[in-house]
Amino acid sequence: MSDLPNREAFFSNIDHSIPTAKDWMDTLPVDIRKGIACYAGNPKSLEYVGLPNPRTWSCFDEDWQLPENWQQILHEGFKERLEKFRSFKVFMDICVRCGACADKCHFFIGTGDPKNMPVLRAELLRSVYRNDFTRVGKLLGKIGGARPMSLEVLREWWYYLFQCTECRRCSVFCPYGIDTAEITIMGRELLNLIGLNIDWIATPVANCYRTGNHLGIQPHAFKDMLEFFVEDIEDITGVNCMPQFQKKGADILFITPSGDVFADPGTYTCMGYLMLFQFLKEKYGLDITWSTYASEGGNFGFFTSHEMMKRLNAKMYAEAKRLGVKWILGGECGHMWRVINQYMDTMNGPADFLEVPVNPITGTRFENARSTKMVHITEFTADLIQHNKLDLDPSRNDHLKVTFHDSCNPSRGMGLFEEPRYVIRNVCNHFYDMPRNTIRESTFCCGSGAGLNAGEDMELRMAGGLPRANAVKTVHEQHGVNTLACICAIDRAALPPLMEYWVPGVEVTGVHEMVANALNLPGQNERETDLRGEELPQLEE
Amino acid sequence: MGLDKLLRKKKATIVRRWFDVVVDTYPVDTRRFLKSQQDPFANPVGRTTMTGLKHLYDGIVEGMDRETAATHLDPIIRIRAVQDFTPAMAVAFVLDLKNVVKSVCNEELQRGDALPEWLRFEHRVDALALTGFDIYMSCREKIFQLKADNERTRVMQTFARAGLLKIEPEADANSGAK
Repeated sequence: MSDLPNREAFFSNIDHSIPTAKDWMDTLPVDIRKGIACYAGNPKSLEYVGLPNPRTWSCFDEDWQLPENWQQILHEGFKERLEKFRSFKVFMDICVRCGACADKCHFFIGTGDPKNMPVLRAELLRSVYRNDFTRVGKLLGKIGGARPMSLEVLREWWYYLFQCTECRRCSVFCPYGIDTAEITIMGRELLNLIGLNIDWIATPVANCYRTGNHLGIQPHAFKDMLEFFVEDIEDITGVNCMPQFQKKGADILFITPSGDVFADPGTYTCMGYLMLFQFLKEKYGLDITWSTYASEGGNFGFFTSHEMMKRLNAKMYAEAKRLGVKWILGGECGHMWRVINQYMDTMNGPADFLEVPVNPITGTRFENARSTKMVHITEFTADLIQHNKLDLDPSRNDHLKVTFHDSCNPSRGMGLFEEPRYVIRNVCNHFYDMPRNTIRESTFCCGSGAGLNAGEDMELRMAGGLPRANAVKTVHEQHGVNTLACICAIDRAALPPLMEYWVPGVEVTGVHEMVANALNLPGQNERETDLRGEELPQLEE
Repeated sequence: MGLDKLLRKKKATIVRRWFDVVVDTYPVDTRRFLKSQQDPFANPVGRTTMTGLKHLYDGIVEGMDRETAATHLDPIIRIRAVQDFTPAMAVAFVLDLKNVVKSVCNEELQRGDALPEWLRFEHRVDALALTGFDIYMSCREKIFQLKADNERTRVMQTFARAGLLKIEPEADANSGAK
């Protein structure tokens, strides 16, 4: 009872200020803040892939060096996309501003900025849509929620469209099923028409187009890195896990994000893949190959335009065709899976030169991948465990108290909830899920997806990652959780600093790092350390 | 009734008003959400703030050591350190408690004999505000350290990819990039 306000306190809490719901348009010009905004795309990267208006510019400049007819370009681009994408047209028209999505966005929750409510972020585009393409908007103007495009509006677009990770959490709660991520995708595509983009997306796109991966790793360096991991694994286990590269006629092509090859702690996940494949080769004769050309699972074209996404996605299937494999196994990646599940089939598909994936060891036919011909590695490993095909000693992970972060795209983009948890429960003994409204289809984004994992926007990343970190903190305090597992390379790069800021004492791992630590390789030495070189728990006692 | 006693008695009102003052530092559309959503996972900013303020108020009234104060103040400041606030705006809410108490306990404070207790209360709030600045700075330093680590890792990896450098696992661990 003592917490109930008295009459005076109750009435003093009533907000007497004038509602501003319709006044959001009056908050221009937007103050583009350092720590929130990202650096502009490098002109060389734009030139490499033929993106418009390459030049050196900064969002903090007064003059953005736009083409003279930028308004016309945007208007025509908008029109073209409304005609081309029926979903976009529907999403522009049907929102009733019920507000169900408003408080579901991690950026709104973390930054407290109302323009990060998904409904308002979408209104940025809708307001211009009404003005340019609807009679009511043209007649009523601002009263009808319409406004003309201007430099100030453009700056607002740019600022807030790069404060969305396209995670799609808002769409789960929309009664109309509006996918606000799709609106951001269209908005960014329009901005790209006049050369407004960020370097953390543009340069990986150019790299990927040139060398096959976001980091620009050339084939020999990619091979060197994997051989370096092979040496490390041999030091730890005594077993040589040398993979095959570009093997024509192999059964399966394996593709993973290049982040796993070059960025800690993804590198340990990569070592995990190598060990799993070695085990399966020794025991069951698995014939799997890596490719130094299709050396990227991720697709930053997805954050640029549909055309760019298609161009970058194509190489994976081109390589599968060239090598003559039966199907593709994909590593622990995030947005790769949304591209595969949602877009690939109508972009570069159908991949009818490949076979419906069948696990050669268990005989399981992956009907869910019947069309894309691409299987997620946690589906593959879960199937192996289910058929008792792996020799696992989960006690080697006994020092880990694990929780699992559902990466946005595998969870909301393909419904992958159970397989990773099944694998984790079989390779470690201490697993604790986070609160229900922060996992599975309601998972909170890491705050750094869709190309926002740069360094200069660290404040945005920390604020956007707050809801996720807050849930991790709870299981950390309740159960002593010290390990945050995930199945996305961006997560593996983004979550360590997030944990360092919000929940020190929690390390980040890929699921297959834990699989490998538990896996008994044929002919292995007595294991003394895990893949990170840390002493195993049994030996410490 | 002495001020201390009154502060205990009016705890619920004062903490609620203090919370409102903190929430009022956010845009109008955000305030409604911060106040109404009770789920701590759907509304970490509002709930973390409310929980922290309750503990801090108890500590100010009953007395607490600096470590305890920092434990309860850190989660609130840590959030405000990455939001759209100047350093002063991020920390000022601690000092706002004085105004809240003045408005709630105005009558009692007019009495001369409340002065010693008021001065002690003020001193505790001031000390808490200073602790808040320390926490704010440590948060900002952490942000800049994370940015520096990010750049360092990027440069090192570029050199490594070009074959100009072999990153030793130990050196990498020291970078804090893991």
